[in-house]
Amino acid sequence: MTDYAIEQQLKGPTPQPQAATSYQGMVWRRFFKHRGAVAGAIVLAVVVLSVLLAGLSPYDPIEPNMKETLQPPSLSHPMGTDALGRDYLTRVLYGGRVSLAVGVMVVMITLTLGVSIGSVAGYFGGWLDSVLMRFTDAVLTLPAFLILILLSTIMREIELPFFTQNNVVAIAVVIGLLSWMTFARLTRAAILTLREMDYVKASISLGASSLRVITRHILPNMVGLLVVEATLELSYAIIEESGLSFLGFGIQPPTPSWGNLLSNASEHFLKHPWLAIFPGLMIFLTIISVNYIGDGLRDAFDPHKVLQKVGEV
Amino acid sequence: MGNYIVRRLIQAFFLMFLLSIVMFALVNLAPGGPLAGHGQSRHVRPERVEMLKRQFGLDKPLPTQYLIWLAGNDWMKVDTNGDGVFEEYGTRKGILRGDFGFSFRTRKPVLEEIGLRLSNTLYLMGVMLIVSLLIAIPVGILSAVKQYSGFDIVMTTFFFAGQAIPEFWLGLILILIFYGYLENPFTGGPLLPAGGMYSLQGGFSLVDRLVHLILPVTAGALGWIAWYSRFLRSNMLDVIHLDYMRTARAKGLPQRLVIFKHGLRNALIPLVTMLALDLPYVVTGAVFIETIFSWPGMGRLYYQSAMDRDYPVLMAILIISGALMIFSNLMADLVYGYLDPRIRYD
Repeated sequence: MTDYAIEQQLKGPTPQPQAATSYQGMVWRRFFKHRGAVAGAIVLAVVVLSVLLAGLSPYDPIEPNMKETLQPPSLSHPMGTDALGRDYLTRVLYGGRVSLAVGVMVVMITLTLGVSIGSVAGYFGGWLDSVLMRFTDAVLTLPAFLILILLSTIMREIELPFFTQNNVVAIAVVIGLLSWMTFARLTRAAILTLREMDYVKASISLGASSLRVITRHILPNMVGLLVVEATLELSYAIIEESGLSFLGFGIQPPTPSWGNLLSNASEHFLKHPWLAIFPGLMIFLTIISVNYIGDGLRDAFDPHKVLQKVGEV
Repeated sequence: MGNYIVRRLIQAFFLMFLLSIVMFALVNLAPGGPLAGHGQSRHVRPERVEMLKRQFGLDKPLPTQYLIWLAGNDWMKVDTNGDGVFEEYGTRKGILRGDFGFSFRTRKPVLEEIGLRLSNTLYLMGVMLIVSLLIAIPVGILSAVKQYSGFDIVMTTFFFAGQAIPEFWLGLILILIFYGYLENPFTGGPLLPAGGMYSLQGGFSLVDRLVHLILPVTAGALGWIAWYSRFLRSNMLDVIHLDYMRTARAKGLPQRLVIFKHGLRNALIPLVTMLALDLPYVVTGAVFIETIFSWPGMGRLYYQSAMDRDYPVLMAILIISGALMIFSNLMADLVYGYLDPRIRYD
């Protein structure tokens, strides 16, 4: 995003005659006008709900059942069964728990890291800014996916106190450590713009502390920017996790994740195509919904673009 | 401008140096290590593991290993045959003099290993890039010129779908359809091959090569097409409302000239920059595509080396792609400044 676009976005909504409702109200109204975003929200809600309710399934996601191996989809097994006779729908839903959990954790990690680094750099400026931004640039030049593969092989074998839960947290940390840079840059650019706003100057001259100015006046005005970036980050993280697990470097079986289900499927998928179709379909549906939601949010938070669309600018 | 380039090059040099230390530490600190497999097997005696350790130079402290890797061992004897006696100087030249060492797995020079794979990757990724651009550029222009038309709406949907399909899944589905289900009407075999660069039987044939390219290129290019066409569309839209476009129209230029001569030339500048930034991926290759379609390229070499803990090969690929990333970032900035004289560096 260019500085100009950020600036435009940060100027906030232009007052409109019918805007008797709050800013939030306007954002929601614009969001609901975006058909793709609404459809995405519904699909994502269904995916998240069914993943959360996976425990209601009568089948066990891990325990093999050699009497029913490689059954095609049927009424009792809507997605069929895998090579060890486990109900595939159950495994796909449990896999979704892992994939979505990694996605959400990565967003939280990158948001925390990126926003702190970006705000410190942008707000204090000077040598601190130079050092932090050179560091950000350096991390950006890393060949991310290659390092990701390397780091996840390392994390897999280190025994750390909080990392025993089948490396879900470890994978999230590794992905997060390599993808906070956009947040940092965005936050910094936004703060450089917002810092010059009159209300921020007023607050500083009234003696507000730096922490208060950042958390009360600057961050709330960047919410839109950060939320949109967070949706991008979420879909990126889910794809990265499934990619890593697909290659065998991420979540390890028997714990299912969408990526390692696909990777196991690649042995038998020519004869038993459902093994490859369903996990990938879940990734696809999740990512496309998240991306549509992100697009809707961008339009909702960005009045400039909305005005452009209806031809007023 | 000259000052700017020199400053960036000096920065790049220090960055590379730091990067190499971090990567070396990461690669070598990984628990397990290249000999873990040997140690667990009952058939390998511990003396043999010790011997391999000395041969690979893994017996030395990490900083020493790094120095040997970086600058060679003219100053230190190493144990080349692993018998416990340090006998030779100067067996390694170090990467500064172009010696990336030997692969632990194949015992061949790393550069030889990479050379074999690099041409395969350049071939695949080159075709993929050209195909992507040939499709993405017209699509991008058309959807911008006819914004909100039926075509644009279809292409927007395609963009969202293309971004959301993981290429490893697309690859599997393509194999399922074109190898598993569809048949070649003449031979009765599968319509398209599921992997490899060429058929093992028969000599060289252009048709055979092309047939083997179709699936991997499709699987890899879809995401690029979606991304590049969308990028060009938004750049065109940024340009299309500007004053000089209106002026061009006002002086009576035909629409074709306005779009291609005045609009496209400006809208392509960011795309060229984007291409420069994507250059490293053309060299490091597509790990997923190469894995799924058994393509003997760089991506798969890295994958195998990570599995086998082949440190010298891992380091070489990491360093090469790190250098390329830094170089392409510099190139992107310079190309941007060259193509768009409004940008000034100092």
